[in-house]
Amino acid sequence: MRPEPFGALLYHFGTRRLSFLKTPQLVAVVTGLADHPDVHAALFAADVPAAQHPAYLRALAGLRGNGTIEERA
Amino acid sequence: MKLVDHFQHGLSSPICLTWELTYACNLACVHCLSSSGRRDPRELTTDECKAVIDELARMQVFYVNVGGGEPTVRPDFWELLDYAVDHDVGVKFSTNGVRLDERRAARLAATDYVDVQISLDGATAEVNDAVRGPGSHATALRALANLADAGFAKPKISVVMTRHNVDQLDAFAELADRFGAQLRITRLRPSGRGADVWDELHPTAAQQRTLYEWLVANGDGVLTGDSFFHLSAYGEALPGLNLCGAGRVVCLIDPVGDVYACPFAIHEEFRAGNVRAPGGFAGVWRDSELFADLRRPQTGGACTSCSAFDSCRGGCMAAKFFTGLPLDGPDPECVRGFGEQALAARTAGTPVPRSDVDHSRTRRGRGPVPLTLTARRPPSRPAPARPDRACDEHPLAGFVPAGTAS
Repeated sequence: MRPEPFGALLYHFGTRRLSFLKTPQLVAVVTGLADHPDVHAALFAADVPAAQHPAYLRALAGLRGNGTIEERA
Repeated sequence: MKLVDHFQHGLSSPICLTWELTYACNLACVHCLSSSGRRDPRELTTDECKAVIDELARMQVFYVNVGGGEPTVRPDFWELLDYAVDHDVGVKFSTNGVRLDERRAARLAATDYVDVQISLDGATAEVNDAVRGPGSHATALRALANLADAGFAKPKISVVMTRHNVDQLDAFAELADRFGAQLRITRLRPSGRGADVWDELHPTAAQQRTLYEWLVANGDGVLTGDSFFHLSAYGEALPGLNLCGAGRVVCLIDPVGDVYACPFAIHEEFRAGNVRAPGGFAGVWRDSELFADLRRPQTGGACTSCSAFDSCRGGCMAAKFFTGLPLDGPDPECVRGFGEQALAARTAGTPVPRSDVDHSRTRRGRGPVPLTLTARRPPSRPAPARPDRACDEHPLAGFVPAGTAS
């Protein structure tokens, strides 16, 4: 993950997919995933307003769809 | 701010960059955008290249597009490739295939994080060899066969679109299927020796339309290096970044360490600095005046009032520059026809810049050239319809604007 003024660039060395995390909060959510039991907890921990949860969940679903993040085994 | 606006203001590091490792080449393609041929004695040494890789790793440049010249003729090419991969700087290299024998193919198949692009500008030997030289079609196909036999997954077949191969798009796709490869097509640009043949080789206006429609219908599995964004003015935006990334998200390091705004702009006007300077590559990327200029809001000039401006953003800076058009006007291959008008409006006094960097083995216009070359049309006469050429290694090739919250 590379910090950028808008948020971060995220690159997966396995899939070679480059993704853009468009807000600093999305960066906080993605980096927090490992420390929380589920995505909802990560969203709350990053103080994402409830009204924006659907948009963030869509973004996370996109990252999962291209193999950048995976469901915990 | 929209993501595209952030891109226009530049990023902390390039998303990925093109690095031409050598000007030496075994071929003499008529449209070579870097006018390659002879090795430059000032070429970066192995240690200097490794220092650049160290810096790219520190800047978190995830991968580099390596080209030339023919990069594999550098004796230390494989050493540098391993060094980059070991430092998490992925390598996508372009080659004509001359060194990809069975042994190398096997070694590449065993290396993670390497992509190979085999250049091929005709689905048939007849069309390809007229541009790339006798035997080059056979060399490319041999390399592809070696990669397939070695189990190398999904190499790219990289095609510069010309007037003679637009009609072969389906044949290229079949060829890619045959070798388990992915097709990549890019735009012919009037850069380097490309300036000498652009008038005759760039696709016609009708072919541009064909190409656009083919991309809309078949573009999903086809890479383009985002080089056809000027075609988005036809209507539907093409996938990828529809923006000139020069100096903002993209740049070029040439074999002697000079840093240019983009791979198609090897000209002193677009030279931002040199990696041998005390600040290194990072210093050039972050502090060069040229890049600071490119990152300021650009005026679209005459294009601003065009309804397609949001789609094409005025097209390719290098294509304008090397055809003598103003940078704030239309692309020479503007699909609305404004580029043709601008070309026709040039006069005998309109300067058409030429690159000051030329490593061709024969002087321009001399020696055997497998094409009928004519002098550039005097600009006072009406210019013909002009389409274009390829954004070779656009650093954003394959980028996915997913994972974004908006």
